[in-house]
Amino acid sequence: MAGSGNAHLRGSDMVLRAENVNVEFNIGDKKIVRAVSGVSIDIAKGETLAVVGESGCGKSSLGKALLQLPKPTSGSVFLNGTDITALKGEKLRAVRPQMQMIFQDPISSLDPRMTVRKIIEQPLTVWSDLDEQGRSERVNELLNSVGLDPTVVGSRRPYEFSGGQCQRISIARALALNPSMLICDEPVSALDVSVQAQILNLLQDMKDKFALTMMFISHDLGVVKTVSDRVMVMYLGKVCEIANPDTLYKSPRHHYTHALVASVPVADPTKKSRRAAIQGEPPSPMDPPSGCRFRTRCPAATELCAAEEPQLREMGGGNYVACHHPRA
Amino acid sequence: MSTLLSINGLSVDFATTRGNLRAVKDVSLSIEQGESIGIVGESGSGKSVLSRAAMGILHGGNVHKTGSVIFDGNDLFSLSPENLRSFWGTGMAMIFQDPMTSLNPVRRIGTQISEALRIRQGMSKADAMAKSAEMLRLVRVPDAEATLKKYPFQLSGGMRQRVMIAIALACDPKLLFADEPTTALDVTVQAQILELLDDLRKSLNMSMVLVTHDLGVVAGHTDRVIVMYAGEIVESAKTTDLFANMRMPYTEALFKSIPTLDTPTGTRLPTIEGRVPDPTQKDPGCLFSSRCAYVQEKCKNEHPPLMAENDGHLYRCWFPIQVRSNQ
Repeated sequence: MAGSGNAHLRGSDMVLRAENVNVEFNIGDKKIVRAVSGVSIDIAKGETLAVVGESGCGKSSLGKALLQLPKPTSGSVFLNGTDITALKGEKLRAVRPQMQMIFQDPISSLDPRMTVRKIIEQPLTVWSDLDEQGRSERVNELLNSVGLDPTVVGSRRPYEFSGGQCQRISIARALALNPSMLICDEPVSALDVSVQAQILNLLQDMKDKFALTMMFISHDLGVVKTVSDRVMVMYLGKVCEIANPDTLYKSPRHHYTHALVASVPVADPTKKSRRAAIQGEPPSPMDPPSGCRFRTRCPAATELCAAEEPQLREMGGGNYVACHHPRA
Repeated sequence: MSTLLSINGLSVDFATTRGNLRAVKDVSLSIEQGESIGIVGESGSGKSVLSRAAMGILHGGNVHKTGSVIFDGNDLFSLSPENLRSFWGTGMAMIFQDPMTSLNPVRRIGTQISEALRIRQGMSKADAMAKSAEMLRLVRVPDAEATLKKYPFQLSGGMRQRVMIAIALACDPKLLFADEPTTALDVTVQAQILELLDDLRKSLNMSMVLVTHDLGVVAGHTDRVIVMYAGEIVESAKTTDLFANMRMPYTEALFKSIPTLDTPTGTRLPTIEGRVPDPTQKDPGCLFSSRCAYVQEKCKNEHPPLMAENDGHLYRCWFPIQVRSNQ
């Protein structure tokens, strides 16, 4: 995997379309970390694209690059047809309300000194032309829609809430300006499983209610399965495979996807636990392997994999894979 | 098999500014030699406090413990600090949850592994280093000799967790507490670490207590499972039995709320409404009653005891699942 190519892009009327996005970090000493290399994605209206991969694969860097926080090193990002990588200053600022983000750590992503009401009102104060009463009504509406009672929680501050409740507040804040695109970066990984289920259901409700287009970044394949319409697997800054979740989990074509799926522990003691599917850890993104970036851990690697980088190609049924020797 | 560790009626209280906080409530359990036990529960269920208390590393002015912990015939709470200390490393050891912060950032890996060997087993520096390299090879760290000279920040999370395991296993403990050993790791690395712990447990005939919130991890790697809720044991059974016959509504609800690879896309997950009760408050009824889907009047007023079935399956419920229909 770890390939490039745009074979999987579907036309131009997408809410979000990113082409050949590269994110590089200069870490001094002439060393460069290539966090994201030549990734292209598109997300249709109302669709949820999940991005999965292990830590360091560039999934969060990609999410932030799409938001222009910071801008990608190269590549272009189109939001509703506008190339936002070409925008600067006030023009870029003007499109920001259309893209919102929900962060992993629900508590530290809220200002501890603000009341809940203030936190959710802030984007409205900055951007909307509502008067004070209009904003107040909108805040009530948002709090109700995420399952919090405005009269009870409005005047409290973040430390008085559990992680799950803080995540509800984050969601209300992100939805305040009716964004056309919502990026969720590991929104449930800091939560207990019983709370995780509540937040996943809430996101699903919000998506149905507000026709949201979402990018859902996660390392939990079970979580991804329940929320996504399409799943993209990343490894070391590159795309391995894109498919709908049923196809992806039932018959992964990429060897890395297969290993990832096989590594998930199954909550059934009668099934014999499988041997670890792949050994070792991902190589450093400062010095990625030539050709296919997964080849150093891949059971099917050949000389071709070292020499030539595989391009994404269609395998049928909307499944795209970047591998010279895909699984049957 | 003989009993290695027995915990009898252990309660742990913390004095807080909001009043007395009972984190562990009257917990009794025993661990046989070579056995692997899973302790499952959500945050705040008391699983980490229980394992720390059982190891004798929980003390301080605001901690109050009652009950007893007998390890290999010794009552840990009545031992002097020096005698208690002599069990750490050789008798029991612990792998802590966070590999990023549990290692000393300013000391080399080799020094950190060999420390226990030099103190407990009186090894010379050279012998201890040689044994440390051997331990690193045992936990499959590539290039063990070079790793001995590195500092923790030079290693990835997975490698640091292997170092933690090497430290814990250096003096051949009889009992290993693994407190969320893989929570901070990626799934492919998690699979490797769990497999490694299984292999080591079998080859060293070690007992293991695996503290986790992941029912998938428990299913594949334990003989017996204990489910904790609000500081109490609410269910305990052989792993195969627990997954086949859940008795406690909480266990069932917890299990159902986890999305798996078989969950169809777009499914609404069953949730557990409400919150864990405030541990500083006393509740007369079942602690899960306010969130339970099968709650009855009796549950709100009478605290259920831990009830046992013939095969040793324990549960704390007045109206257990499946048994209910036969009544």
